[in-house]
Amino acid sequence: MSRSPVVVVRTGTANLASVIASLERAGRSVRLTSDPAAVSEAPYLVLPGVGSFGPVADGLRALGLDRPLAERIGAGRPTLAICLGLQLLASSSEESPGVPGLGVLAATATRFPDAVRVPQLGWNTVTATDGCRLLRDGAAYFANSYRIERIPDRWQGALSDHGGPFVAAVERGPVLGCQFHPELSGAWGQALIERWLEGPTC
Amino acid sequence: MLMTRVIPCLDVAHGRVVKGVRFQGLRDSGDPVELAALYADQGADELVVLDVAATPEERGHHLEVVRRIRRVLPLPLTAGGGVRGASDAEALLEAGADKVAVNTAAVLRPELLSEMALRFGRQCTVLALDAARAGAAWEVVVLSGRERTGRDAAGWARWAAELGAGEILLTSWDRDGTGEGYDLELIAAIRASVGVPIIASGGAAGPEHMAAAVGAGADAVLAASILHDGVTSVPDLKAELARLGVEVRR
Repeated sequence: MSRSPVVVVRTGTANLASVIASLERAGRSVRLTSDPAAVSEAPYLVLPGVGSFGPVADGLRALGLDRPLAERIGAGRPTLAICLGLQLLASSSEESPGVPGLGVLAATATRFPDAVRVPQLGWNTVTATDGCRLLRDGAAYFANSYRIERIPDRWQGALSDHGGPFVAAVERGPVLGCQFHPELSGAWGQALIERWLEGPTC
Repeated sequence: MLMTRVIPCLDVAHGRVVKGVRFQGLRDSGDPVELAALYADQGADELVVLDVAATPEERGHHLEVVRRIRRVLPLPLTAGGGVRGASDAEALLEAGADKVAVNTAAVLRPELLSEMALRFGRQCTVLALDAARAGAAWEVVVLSGRERTGRDAAGWARWAAELGAGEILLTSWDRDGTGEGYDLELIAAIRASVGVPIIASGGAAGPEHMAAAVGAGADAVLAASILHDGVTSVPDLKAELARLGVEVRR
């Protein structure tokens, strides 16, 4: 079986080493890119994200990566968005008012309520809704202050709770967006990444 | 609901894990990469690796330790020790850390916390706060415990969180390595000052101490000697914590 390299988008602020290490443990080679053509053509693409919404969203636009990303997700090509990467798929975020996201998800990222610890740093229970093919129940590691509150129409997903339910992950075909860090979520997260690499065919 | 994290801490000097009492009398406790893999397999929730030698000539060795741990570790990794500026933090993040802890450099120049939060995010920015009892309160100690600053620990925690610290790794200098239990009053005092997560460190001899730290307001518990010396294991600790009513990942 041939194993395609996985292309990881260099968003500028993301800490990439953990994502790369996880993909390498899955037996894949990794190529970093900020080239729009490579983002369009990659058989498997990872959009990692550490940092704040506005600068990273603006950075994607400045590099010309916003359209190729939106197009490949619209076309249902294998794409994994992680943490801020998931929020970037939304229309906007309270973190950076006025800055548009990619708009692939009809959602706005909002801040966790003050009644709970912010940032959410740690392991939380994840419950997959019916119809998920990649996501399963388990516990995942989160590091976020903002979140999407409801699974958008036409997507499947998983929920967690931190001062109320929030979206832990969404999936549609081979497109997977995780609010948690699968690359830091132990054997459960590693298995999710490997299912994504194998495709939701079973 | 967020679960309480159990975090093994590797104090590393010259490429080996060491542990002392009140930051002194370091003795060899093993290979950092082997221990990291072992603790990951055992169900640790996260790992902290600190360069306790923290000399300029050690920097390269520590980055290599972080790189080697990253390859085997599918868990969050916090690195620290000897971080003097944002470029040191960046080097640790590039080597494979997910979060960077700073102590002395942030005390000397608090804006470092803002710079790190801006460049890497608050969730990457950890304040390592070493505190020693001073009368009815606690003062910040720096330089691996060698120097008392006179700065109030609770006030510093609040300021640091405002500047950009997204988490506080809180070590009781008085209890470190003693096995007498965490300084619960210190944890409660810092909890009352900040809304960010607190990792309790210094003095744990077993699950009862850890459960008490959670009761005092800690979100995570750090353990070193009791794990490295085989007094207990991560699964045994978690089983006991669950029995004591602490929600942990099993």
